[in-house]
Amino acid sequence: MAAEEMAAEETGAAGEARPLIYLAEYDSPSEIMHAAEAVRDAGYKRWDTHTPFPVHGMDGAMGLKDSAVGWIVLAMGLTGCTTAFLLMWWTNGIDYPIIIGGKPGYSLPAMIPVMFELTILLSAFGAVFGMLGINQLPKHHHPVFYSERFERCSDDKFFISIEAADEQFDLEETRSLLEGTHPTHIELIQEETS
Amino acid sequence: MAYNEPITELGEGSLVSKGTGFKEITEIVSRVTEQKAPRGWWILFGISSTFTAVLGATVGYLVWTGIGIWGNNSPVAWAWDITNFVWWIGIGHAGTLISAVLYLFRQYWRTAINRFSEAMTIFAVICALLFPTIHTGRPWFIYYPLPIPNSMNMWPNFKSPLLWDVFAVSTYFTVSLLFWYVGLIPDFATLRDRATHKVRRWVYGFLALGWRGSNRHWSNYERSYLILAALSTPLVLSVHSVVSFDFATSVEPGWHTTIFPPYFVAGAVFSGFAMVMTLLLIARTVYGLHDLVRIRHLELMNKIMLTTGSLVGYAYAMEFFIAWYSGNPYERYVFINRATGDYWWAYWSMITCNVISPQLFWFKKLRRSIPVMFVVSIIINIGMWFERFVIIVTSLHNDYLPSAWGNFSPTLFDITTFMGSLGLFFTAFLLFLRWMPMIAIAEVKMVIPEADPHYHPEGGHGHDASPHQMDEEHDAATAEGTPSAKSAAETSEGEEE
Repeated sequence: MAAEEMAAEETGAAGEARPLIYLAEYDSPSEIMHAAEAVRDAGYKRWDTHTPFPVHGMDGAMGLKDSAVGWIVLAMGLTGCTTAFLLMWWTNGIDYPIIIGGKPGYSLPAMIPVMFELTILLSAFGAVFGMLGINQLPKHHHPVFYSERFERCSDDKFFISIEAADEQFDLEETRSLLEGTHPTHIELIQEETS
Repeated sequence: MAYNEPITELGEGSLVSKGTGFKEITEIVSRVTEQKAPRGWWILFGISSTFTAVLGATVGYLVWTGIGIWGNNSPVAWAWDITNFVWWIGIGHAGTLISAVLYLFRQYWRTAINRFSEAMTIFAVICALLFPTIHTGRPWFIYYPLPIPNSMNMWPNFKSPLLWDVFAVSTYFTVSLLFWYVGLIPDFATLRDRATHKVRRWVYGFLALGWRGSNRHWSNYERSYLILAALSTPLVLSVHSVVSFDFATSVEPGWHTTIFPPYFVAGAVFSGFAMVMTLLLIARTVYGLHDLVRIRHLELMNKIMLTTGSLVGYAYAMEFFIAWYSGNPYERYVFINRATGDYWWAYWSMITCNVISPQLFWFKKLRRSIPVMFVVSIIINIGMWFERFVIIVTSLHNDYLPSAWGNFSPTLFDITTFMGSLGLFFTAFLLFLRWMPMIAIAEVKMVIPEADPHYHPEGGHGHDASPHQMDEEHDAATAEGTPSAKSAAETSEGEEE
């Protein structure tokens, strides 16, 4: 934020605010779905839709790639399984074998439960923290939060946001694109200058 | 898009009452955390926190004196404490089953009850973990099972099922907590956005992690949720299997059986659904959630209880058969002793509660009757406690040599520890009801017809259900209370119980 504030100061005096994001509001999943297709086809890159629940088919309408979370989970799961095996093999088999009931120091069948549990545990860490990492959360500041109307995004309204940082962003053209999708409201969020 | 269209051919109805749209769902769930708690909440909270205080005093005295204050002694070294441990863990299992297994099977009705039952899982596992911890006698050495380098240069014995238990239960707790929290993130965002008080906004905002409903996030979020469900499903099956290994890998007659893992898992799901039912009926009545938790949800849960109850009944019969078929005199004796020995009353209580009582659910009328299901759910919980008691105590008290036989009777402190753990569970649960969205707001929104991008309201009115969503359930809901959101907002008490 500090850098943005400095940038805002450079642009000039108060009142000459810097645009950050366009926020268009819709009433229903079908409306925002059509709007998202229009924005995707216009070639925007830094834009997003905000919905109270995951709207099915929106990934296609936005042209998103498949989520990468699964790969993180796979890597973490393999790590967990290997770690558990090495841990038990080395501690019970090599470093300090304890013979109980005449069984060998390390034996694979007895290791299965712990290997399984650690696989699951680390995979779950991968699924949760991997998801948060890819999504860059927690992040409590974002231009959309400047809008009071956006509070209903977690209730019953649907939003499209197009960032001013997008190469194609243009105050007039982007606005007319969004207007063409019949939103109930369009808002330009600007840098708050004193 | 079939996921939010009821399949009328299968007799399905819509998952929420007519006229319940996005806004109403947000309102019904969120207002519980925003209003003052109803008097019923305070009464229950007063009772349960008193019991929690009793637990605190008991545990304090136990740690100070030693576990001799309990009635367990040789030969019954595991008694109420391990009974309670297994019972609580089992209760937790329904939460994971509802949130994970039903999710993978695309059972969309689960959205009404999953948050609730996941919370139940967390608190049940906390209560469960309490018992082995204090049963060690020196809980400050509870870290011993962990592979931590120490001055003795020794490592834990990874061939012991008790150690597997440590890994299984702690993994289960951690994964359940993560699963629950991931589900809560969008709903915390809802509470944050509705918050009028600065502290509320700050706390829920902190917990929501800055969630902004972005579809780029939802995309990863849903994948993560799906993977967590896929991980939790084998996990939940493994946890009670590992708990059953504590028994099955020993050479005690009555314990050393291969049927234990599936039998324990079925029993766990059975008791867990019963506990969900008990809690859900109370919360539904106190908070007027009839539009979201409908008779249909309850009926489906009763069907699962009937199924798992019958599975458990089958396991009881099969245990007896195998004991006879094995030709092992010790094994035969233990089972005859279970049914006719000193603890016959516990055995027959178990059979009555677990096998006979759920059979009432064969009848549609009883399956849809709230008083019947409330009573049966409590009976099942009692029965499942007896099941664990029977398994543990009857096998231990008369096993091989008659000179080593002995009976167990609980002391006052056995009772206060158990009652106290119930207090802890209900206290935690009531705090959850008060401060967290008890129904998954975002998920329920996803399963209503309006959530479908191809949904086109007939006659141009968003909340009019199309004719095929009218179903017999509508009548049931009307009989129970008017199914509109407005009236639900006004109803808080006064429902039949």
